[in-house]
Amino acid sequence: MAGTQYRGSEIKDVDQFLKDADGLASEREKEIGQHIGYRYDVNLVPDYDRITPFLTKYMETMGWDDLNWLEDVHMGYEEGAAAVFDRNNNGWVRVPESYDLPDNQQDRDMIAREFLIKFQMSDRHPLVSLRKAYMKF
Amino acid sequence: MASVSDAELKNMTQEERVTALGMRTEQLTGKSLYVEFDPDAEERFTYPWAPDVDFNKRTEIDTDDMTNTEVNQAIRAKMAEGYGTIVLQNPRGKHSLGVGILSKLNLIIEGSTGYFGVGLIDGPNVRITGRVGWSCGENMMSGTVLVEKNAGSTFGAAMRGGDLVCRGSVGSRTGIDQKGGTIIVGGDVGALTGFMMQRGRMIICGNAGKNLGDSMYDGTIFVGGETKSYGVDAVEAELTDLDKAWLTRKLTQYGMMPDKGVDHFTKVVAGKMLWNYDNLEPNEKKLIL
Repeated sequence: MAGTQYRGSEIKDVDQFLKDADGLASEREKEIGQHIGYRYDVNLVPDYDRITPFLTKYMETMGWDDLNWLEDVHMGYEEGAAAVFDRNNNGWVRVPESYDLPDNQQDRDMIAREFLIKFQMSDRHPLVSLRKAYMKF
Repeated sequence: MASVSDAELKNMTQEERVTALGMRTEQLTGKSLYVEFDPDAEERFTYPWAPDVDFNKRTEIDTDDMTNTEVNQAIRAKMAEGYGTIVLQNPRGKHSLGVGILSKLNLIIEGSTGYFGVGLIDGPNVRITGRVGWSCGENMMSGTVLVEKNAGSTFGAAMRGGDLVCRGSVGSRTGIDQKGGTIIVGGDVGALTGFMMQRGRMIICGNAGKNLGDSMYDGTIFVGGETKSYGVDAVEAELTDLDKAWLTRKLTQYGMMPDKGVDHFTKVVAGKMLWNYDNLEPNEKKLIL
């Protein structure tokens, strides 16, 4: 019904969307057949005590004192698998199933940031081909 | 794709390049977009196409007699030569200065800029010693922008990432449609700050005008002073220890830590009363699909 609020269900467990790919908990979610909202806490600020050596080197290279834009990058979950949203690709990039995920969201977020940078800076990123095809200057 | 060399691509039209690279729409139909990370990928910290610049290599550009387009072209030319620190002198309120810089760089603007300064940037660290006009840092993707004096309205409009900092006060609709990143204001902000905010964080050390966070969908606003009024669906939330640690780190980083610390900040988030995901009833949805 137009004008009705649908907040979706609360996230209770870090593995919630790995165990339950659909994530349908509230009545409205069950009715429409899709989870409402993000599958992680979009407002979670990073815990810098958990930063990885790779990310420290990235910050140094860019001349930043913190994670900068990566503060908005979190480990998400797509179809029951851990994945990270790549804004340059406008799509999810999956974490291989063979990779052992840490048991908390903060450490997972750090891994997500590291994977995303490695992917975005690699030659296999779709932007490399897109630039070749469409770059104007 | 590998069978086409860069030299061959250069001699083609855009249409031919798209075809040669297998990117035509009909070829993509039905293809899965499934992409997976390679955990053992090579450590690389800049885009493959980014110019190799050195922060210790510094140059100055006197922009007095140049148009804004000429200035932006000159910045790119200097970056191609490896200059990692570029100083723009006599900007004289030119519009759109330093836009679209997509790699690391230290850019220092000695003076004030006009509208849409350093928009669409992805990586550089910018310091502006004067004031800025409307929409400074709009659509910013990453990097840092530090404005030493005041800023106009729509500061950081549709910003997506990075830190956008103003030591002074800012006009109305600050961070309108913000989709990520952090906006820090040392002074006050005008009306409708955080309007339709969707994600990201905003720290206001001073006071906020009317309708703060109006129609915000997500994101967080921290206010150190008084707020004239909250907008539709902006509600106060608990300031956690993690929030305090992050605020302390961020404000200290830019030398803007208030004498009384961060405990007095008010945290404002979306009440999510405006969330109307999938407004259509399932039956209506079926009809459309």
